[in-house]
Amino acid sequence: MAFVTATWNPLGEAFYRKTEVYEMGWRLSSGLRDCLVAAAPYGGPIALLKEPQRRSPSARPQLEIYSSSGCSMASFVWKSGVVKHLGWTVSDDLLCIQEDGTVLIYDLFGNFKRHFSMGNEVVQNQVLEAKVFHSPYGTGIAIITGAFRFTLATNIDDLKLRRLPEVPGLQGPPTCWAVLTQDRQSKVLLASGLDLFILDNTACSAVTPPGLSPQVCSIVQMCVSFSYKYLALFTDSGHVWMGSANLKEKLSEVETKVKTPPKQMVWCRRPKSHQPSVVMMWERHLLVAGDLTFNLCYGYHLDEESVLVPELDGVRIISSTHHELLQEVPAACEEIFKIASMAPGALLLEAHKEYEKESQKADEYLREIKEQSLLGEAVRQCVEAAGHEHDIETQKILLRAASFGKCFLSNFPAEYFVIMCRDLRVLNAVRSYTVGIPLTHTQYKQMTCQVLIDRLVYRKLYPLAIEICRYLKTPEYQGVSRVLKHWACCKVQQKEESDEAIARAVSVKLAEAAGISYSEIASKAYECGRTELAIKLLEFEPRSGEQVPLLLKMKRSQLALSKAIESGDTDLVYTVVTYLKNEMNRGDFFMTLRNQPVALSLYRQRLEARLSLLQSAVDEYNKAKNEFAAKATDEEMRLLRFQRRLEEEKGEQLLGLSLQDTLRVLLSVGLNKPAEQLYKDFRVPDKRYWWLKITALADKEDWDELEKFAKSKKSPIGYLPFVEVCVKKHNKSEAKKYISRVTPEQKVKAHLAVGDLEGAAEAAIERRSEAEISMVLSRCLSTTDRGLVDRLNRARSTTAKK
Amino acid sequence: MAAHLCYGRVNLNILREAARKDLREFLDKCAGSKAIVWDEYLTGPFGLIAQYSLLKEHEVEKMFTLKAGRLPPADVKNIIFFVRPRLELMDIIAENVMSEDKMQSPREFNILFVPRRSMLCEQRLKEQGVLGSFTNIDEYILDLIPYDGDLLSMECESAFRECYLENDQTSLYHTAKGLMTIQALYGTIPQIFGKGECARHVANMMLRMKREFAGSQTQILPVFDTLLLLDRNVDLLTPLATQLTYEGLIDEIYGITNGYVKLPPEKFAQKKQGEGGKDLPTEPKKLQLNSAEELYAEIRDKNFNAVGAALSKKAKIISAAFEERHNAKTVGEIKQFVSQLPHMQAARSSLANHTSIAELIKDITSNVLPTRLLPPLASETFFDNLTVEQEFMTGVDTDKVNTYIEDCIAQKDPLIKILRLVCMQSVCNNGLKQKVLDYYKREILQTYGYEYILTLNNLEKTGLLKPQTTTRNNYPTIRKTLKLWMEDANEQNPNDISYVYSGYAPLSVRLTQVLARPGWRSIEEVLKMLPGPHFEERQPLPTGLHKKRQQGENRTTLVFFLGGVTYAEIAALRFLSQMEEGGTEYIIATTKLINGTSWIKSLMDKPEVNI
Repeated sequence: MAFVTATWNPLGEAFYRKTEVYEMGWRLSSGLRDCLVAAAPYGGPIALLKEPQRRSPSARPQLEIYSSSGCSMASFVWKSGVVKHLGWTVSDDLLCIQEDGTVLIYDLFGNFKRHFSMGNEVVQNQVLEAKVFHSPYGTGIAIITGAFRFTLATNIDDLKLRRLPEVPGLQGPPTCWAVLTQDRQSKVLLASGLDLFILDNTACSAVTPPGLSPQVCSIVQMCVSFSYKYLALFTDSGHVWMGSANLKEKLSEVETKVKTPPKQMVWCRRPKSHQPSVVMMWERHLLVAGDLTFNLCYGYHLDEESVLVPELDGVRIISSTHHELLQEVPAACEEIFKIASMAPGALLLEAHKEYEKESQKADEYLREIKEQSLLGEAVRQCVEAAGHEHDIETQKILLRAASFGKCFLSNFPAEYFVIMCRDLRVLNAVRSYTVGIPLTHTQYKQMTCQVLIDRLVYRKLYPLAIEICRYLKTPEYQGVSRVLKHWACCKVQQKEESDEAIARAVSVKLAEAAGISYSEIASKAYECGRTELAIKLLEFEPRSGEQVPLLLKMKRSQLALSKAIESGDTDLVYTVVTYLKNEMNRGDFFMTLRNQPVALSLYRQRLEARLSLLQSAVDEYNKAKNEFAAKATDEEMRLLRFQRRLEEEKGEQLLGLSLQDTLRVLLSVGLNKPAEQLYKDFRVPDKRYWWLKITALADKEDWDELEKFAKSKKSPIGYLPFVEVCVKKHNKSEAKKYISRVTPEQKVKAHLAVGDLEGAAEAAIERRSEAEISMVLSRCLSTTDRGLVDRLNRARSTTAKK
Repeated sequence: MAAHLCYGRVNLNILREAARKDLREFLDKCAGSKAIVWDEYLTGPFGLIAQYSLLKEHEVEKMFTLKAGRLPPADVKNIIFFVRPRLELMDIIAENVMSEDKMQSPREFNILFVPRRSMLCEQRLKEQGVLGSFTNIDEYILDLIPYDGDLLSMECESAFRECYLENDQTSLYHTAKGLMTIQALYGTIPQIFGKGECARHVANMMLRMKREFAGSQTQILPVFDTLLLLDRNVDLLTPLATQLTYEGLIDEIYGITNGYVKLPPEKFAQKKQGEGGKDLPTEPKKLQLNSAEELYAEIRDKNFNAVGAALSKKAKIISAAFEERHNAKTVGEIKQFVSQLPHMQAARSSLANHTSIAELIKDITSNVLPTRLLPPLASETFFDNLTVEQEFMTGVDTDKVNTYIEDCIAQKDPLIKILRLVCMQSVCNNGLKQKVLDYYKREILQTYGYEYILTLNNLEKTGLLKPQTTTRNNYPTIRKTLKLWMEDANEQNPNDISYVYSGYAPLSVRLTQVLARPGWRSIEEVLKMLPGPHFEERQPLPTGLHKKRQQGENRTTLVFFLGGVTYAEIAALRFLSQMEEGGTEYIIATTKLINGTSWIKSLMDKPEVNI
């Protein structure tokens, strides 16, 4: 195992190691000389633009895109303007920033996606220098123009150009500058000679780094760490100042003894490390500068022209032949592999080695760890170290040791080990030369599996992405379904295949997958001008909420309407109806609605609510067979005319009253003649007219007239109502006049109504009705009506016997 | 606060808690102090979800009612509109926003749509030019509100009218969405049965939505075994009949809204010594009615004729409990007695309340009056009315013009009462002879006014009133097959659901009962006579979620009444749940709790006149 440490170099308290990631697959004729190079972080793709300054039509520059392992992904001749800078977005799109401030966006495979401009000021003064940066808000671009003014866009997907304020007294280009993200804002830090300025949206403020050595005349190079937390400055005196990005704290200052500014300077710091360190590169020389107290640095010799790519936990060094990773050795690896280490992990590894050799020493080592009860810690160290190793054999050795140690622990949580094994499998798969994504475990955890799947999808590595999703048991709608959707979106763009073939292929492949958004795929097809295909695909979309807007966009309003109705979501129906009304002429609009009764009734209900009274009446007329309504409406009109005439003649307020109420009013004021006429004209049933008449008379307390009316002919409603209307007016004596004429069935009720218990009892007993006897009984009070109660009870028992 | 929701077979508090969580999350989205502007219609339903205290905890400082013009001043950071997605309300909101004083410190506007946000409404706000003024526009999905331990309601008053009259199926969409929420919380319901057009529609949407959500549903062991969807128009008869359970009668006479009832105050006067009832309270007494109140839970579903006995029994128990204090000798005993006091006092005041309510109802319903006072017409009317209803339900003279109805019209009794009776006659006769129908209609128009032609038209459209098209009346067949009329209904110790209407067994509940045992196959003929299709759907469960039934464990059925349910029907279902040999427990869900009056009212076009 000694060779594990062969690539280690000590610096201060830590070690640094440089491991080869790939031997590059590309064949670059002239190396990286005269190239614009952009390599995306997190093991992303590399873009090369050879001889960017060439303009003549006969010899245009060549733009090439490679994976991290140097496999070619795209190559084409650059025909647009002069490119000043290349950069990658977080979603693996290439940004080409031209001299005139136009930014062209290409995908991984060199397909043009879109372009935008960085504003007029940039067009006028041209781009002097540009930088692409990443922040929580997405990918941003910063530009300094020939007039030494900065323009910033924080998120290119939501483009808002910000022109930063002028730097007072700035005559020439700044010696160096960088973009910072602080307090949820992107700012520019620039140096002009010894002066440092921070530019934000509103102001330019001068700053001084604490403790900068006094010999300095000018700051010539600067860099900000991956996390935007730290800043390093390189001065003309050959010093490197390292501190916090807010310029409040100095961490270290190292003298490099090199006065020429480095070609590239980047931070090389792993999260949680105590030691700041910066990597600088000159033509053939690489220098790692570290801690203040030791004032140490060490150098590497480079064989070829190289490029440094800062990462979260190290620096990648790409040359025309090799791709290496330089990083501080992670603590767990250091503990285990450091020569003569007595850390529990190291002992466990040793124990396992002896165990494999079938030597009893294994037990001795194990005992040593167990005595200090550090076995758990030992296992944890081995698992963690395995995660940080790139060599698969080393990973295996460490994991075997961990698994061996685990056997002697009863309560060690299994997930940690299992998850690491899974992670490593995924990592080894994507690190493979053909895929070429050299992620470290730390980076993987930071970027999450979701994003990794996205990256694989961007590279059109669909089978691998699906394998990984299945292996990690990602929920379908986040995993497999999502990948398949991307596949389908890609598929619909294949122009050589017919609509039918693609639709069939898509539906076959996606049939089993749950939660697929067909509308997105259809939308993609529509963007490519394949409307018919889009409609075919939309048929598969189960969510109408997604179908309908796209159908409207494609001007398939009929289809949109029927889909909306099918969904049962009335809000969708309204939306389509409103859209149709705006888009179509009135005739077509109603023709469309006529075919959809639900939509028609919804339309009527909302838009013509006020007309509903009228509408309903008209509807009745239209329905030929509804004679009743026609007649009723006719009667109503007759009544209104009658009321108006009477109002004019007699001055009674009648208009709008019902026929019944009209009659009531007429009778109560004694207008008997018109009442009589209405009664005949409108064929009011006798019964109702009698009720009306007697109520009106009783209300007037016109008892004589009531009696006369009772005698006028045989009452169609019987005589109980006469009793009741009198009682209602508290006139019992009048009421009693009618009792004799009440039918026997109602006699008991009539007697009770006037409060004549004796009479009621008499009638009830005569009729031998048990129910009626009970009713009378219930009105009797046992105290005052003793005799009556006894009589009734007796009668009841005799009727009951029968 | 909502303990009564947890007692039942299915813990409905989960649903309430989920609703509260969503509400809290929305409120926290609007940082800082807030004022809520309420669409007044929503305050009742929201009361069942969250009290003011919850809102207050989340910095709600003021509450207003939504109305046109300028918003009242309030020194808050956020204004939140709680509204239904209605266009007319959008116009009011736009007016509110535009008349906001620009001088004052700006307040942020937010909208919470209940139960769903609507593109159409947002479009309207956009047209009014205020859409950009809103910081948050969100939806609060409040479909099914837990009403009691076994009862869910959407509190959507107009559902029946919209579905059967206006052909507007919005409420059915919300029903389906609500059922999806239920399934997300309580697991997929493996069996779906249904009867009626709307039921079919809801089931179709549910199956469709299930496909939409495919892949994202959670794995929960199903709580419900069966879902039964019933259209209200399958059983138009039941709501027309006067409910005779205690709770049903309270609703018939005083109306229960969102779980509260307002009662005339006279009988609730505090009898304090010395005051001699000088100042009677004038404000109506407002009482909350739910199973959280032990006594109410006990008597609510009893036939009213059995309530008196139950109350006096309870009174004896309570006074006996208070007598216990004389037996308490040792300090320990006294302490124990005192610890029970609050519970006993609550029971006593609950008893007092219900005794008063029972008296109020008795004054109206009993046909036997204990006093010599002049006949209060109310009671006789109630009795006569009931007699006629029962005649119709038993099929007596349903094909002729009824004299009682005639007399009531002649005396211009409340129109809704007339309509309930006429509709009932029509339903029990499978439509009225054209001559009879026209006679009633003409009588009604002449007496109450021509404008009611619209109401009559509406009743005809929904099938409540119809001309007889075939000579054959199939109601008697339905009545006999489903045993809708039981001669010997036992009101005190019921042995059949018919006790809730003193003889009539609600058709809807009979269908539910037959479905559980022996199954609908036995009544195919009758099902064909009732409107709309009947169907059965199965939703496959993922393996591992199949319920392993314990010996003697009951099945759980969710019965959903599309278009409303009455308290008496609920009582009947609760009765079935409690039957020992029943084997099925029922949870009830509905678009709205209704009674004949509120139902007919919802179908009237000018309900505010002459009622």
